[in-house]
Amino acid sequence: MKRQFVNVALTAACALALFGTACHKKTVAAAPLPPPPPPVEQPKPAEKPVISSFTAEPSTVVKGSPSTLRWAISGASDVSIDQGIGSVQASGSRQVYPSNDTTYTLIARGVGGTSSMTVSVRVTAPEAPPVTQPTVTSRRSASEFLSQEVQDAFFDYDSFSIRDDARGVLTNDASALKRFFSDDNYTGTAIVIEGHCDERGSDAYNVALGDKRAQAALEFLKGLGVAENRLKTVSFGKERQSCSEQTEACWQQNRRVHFAAQ
Amino acid sequence: MAAGFGAASRFVLGQEGRITVVKAPNDRPVIAIPDLRGNGAAQQHMAKFNEALWTDVESSGVLKMAPKSMYPMQVPQQPSDLRTPSSPTENLKGLALNDWYQPPASAGYLAYGYTAVTGDQIVLSGWLSATNQPSAAPLLAKRYFGPNTEEGARKVAQEFAADIMGQFGGKSLMGTKIYFVSDRTGKKEIWSMNYDGSEQKPITSYNNISSFPALSQDGTKIAFTTWREGTPQIYIHSLETGRKLVFYNQRASMNASAEFTPDGQGLLFSSTAGGGSAQIYRTDLNGGNVRRISTNRAIEVEPRVNPKTGQDIVFVSGRLGSPQLFKMSMDGTDVVQLTPGDGEAVNPSWHPDGQKIAFAWTKGFDIGNFNIFIMDVASKQYVQLTHGAGRNENPSWAPDGMHIVFSAKRGRTTQIYSMLADGTNVKQLTSAGNNEKPVWSKTALK
Repeated sequence: MKRQFVNVALTAACALALFGTACHKKTVAAAPLPPPPPPVEQPKPAEKPVISSFTAEPSTVVKGSPSTLRWAISGASDVSIDQGIGSVQASGSRQVYPSNDTTYTLIARGVGGTSSMTVSVRVTAPEAPPVTQPTVTSRRSASEFLSQEVQDAFFDYDSFSIRDDARGVLTNDASALKRFFSDDNYTGTAIVIEGHCDERGSDAYNVALGDKRAQAALEFLKGLGVAENRLKTVSFGKERQSCSEQTEACWQQNRRVHFAAQ
Repeated sequence: MAAGFGAASRFVLGQEGRITVVKAPNDRPVIAIPDLRGNGAAQQHMAKFNEALWTDVESSGVLKMAPKSMYPMQVPQQPSDLRTPSSPTENLKGLALNDWYQPPASAGYLAYGYTAVTGDQIVLSGWLSATNQPSAAPLLAKRYFGPNTEEGARKVAQEFAADIMGQFGGKSLMGTKIYFVSDRTGKKEIWSMNYDGSEQKPITSYNNISSFPALSQDGTKIAFTTWREGTPQIYIHSLETGRKLVFYNQRASMNASAEFTPDGQGLLFSSTAGGGSAQIYRTDLNGGNVRRISTNRAIEVEPRVNPKTGQDIVFVSGRLGSPQLFKMSMDGTDVVQLTPGDGEAVNPSWHPDGQKIAFAWTKGFDIGNFNIFIMDVASKQYVQLTHGAGRNENPSWAPDGMHIVFSAKRGRTTQIYSMLADGTNVKQLTSAGNNEKPVWSKTALK
């Protein structure tokens, strides 16, 4: 540190010298460094315990995983750790399973007094699917949000009544749509509930049936408190099939309400 | 032997609630039409000419065609070619009308003639004679003119065919058009074509979903349903100017399946304007003066007004569960159930006589496997025209009351077919992309 300072000073001196004579490092000798001050003799402390280490490894754990506390103390007659651990040996280790962020305090008592040291363990929640993290939500486009969080609800043939499986789906959709509508990133975006039918019924009848499916889904979502003023409906009848095979699995896939951003 | 649904609609009401179509009697006149030849430059289009002449006469349903393989060796080209046999047994190998009357040709009538080129025109000289009256004047002797092109050759052939059919009470469909929906551009648009499938042209280019065409009786306006503004709405176009006409749609999630009233002053359609299920409404042609006709909790679509009376509406309702055909008056009263309730019955289309309807029904087949039926509305008796060859839907009557155009999925794609109203003489009219929902114009547009 001092050495560096001297060099800076030297450079500064040279810079100043430029205005007068040339700066010649070799010929202009720096002032000799003062000798280091002699070590101050500290008065010997009384017999106070010395905590040479107190650590938690790892210092961040996922909830339910252990962290290991280690300590080494000298000159103590009694060592204890709080958070329900109690008295411990002068040096040792202990596994802990904190459920929240926890600060452990080690107290060492000796003849000459008491020493203490603290160590903290940070606890994180088990890793959740990214979709539930609001920080991720806010960065998605409206259609990404819909495709990740809002699912299609399915219907029986020539029916617009909400089946049990569709009730579950639409209930989840309702809470996702509430989050969508309360998210500032999607202000002004409306949701269109599209009613669709499989290819077997007649075209004209299916336009009316798809309308009933979309209306039924709208009523269900309204009943769960989703903002009606941002929901619209449209029937596509059988004009937009999502699957084109001649199987019941495929027909079922087409008998749906689907959600789109507008 | 083909069953005849004759010009006079000769069907007898039979047992078990079915129409028994009278077997085509051998009294249907038999005609021989040997290939005509062209003089010089006229010959190049004669293959198309002969095909069009044969097809039109055959599909008229009023005549029976004597098979070409049974014809005599020689063919007269004009009346002066005809000889009179010196004895009743003398065979002139075709140059006597009697040669065509006798077996194996066994034809009561002979159509003959030739074509020649004058300037840039093809000129057809055509005759029709009764083979058992060799001394009588021809029933038909006429010249026909058209440009010397393939189109021109087809035109004179169809005009000749129309005159031949006219001799037997048949009506020509020449000049009538079929409007339909095609996705050949990648999007569903409204298209038109001639009655024989020629000259297919787009009517709309909205690049969205445009479907469900309906035609005014006078053939000057077309209404359809389009998703262009988001939800299904009705548009009306003038077929004279090609322009969109003013039509105010009801505030509703759905306005669809429109139909003109026979007087051309109003429009019937299916709408959710009243909340709940789609119901039948009537408005003026600009969308004003709205009136709700049906008041039911079930889905009701496809209103079709009797073209003769302008009163009865046949429509599709889900009030019994599955879609079925019903009839009601213009004020929504006097509701009568037409189809018995099994399967799904949809797509009603009135015969020009206002007594029969054609429709699509899944009776006896799986869900979605529709066949074309005809029903006598007063007696509710019906006859089946197609029999399980794929999905057959959206029948529409030709103005002659003898032909039906419909769409069918008989392979990978849906195409448009025409047939006689007894189910015979099926012809495929389209092949590009998918084509559906045909409607036949009721008048010839010039």
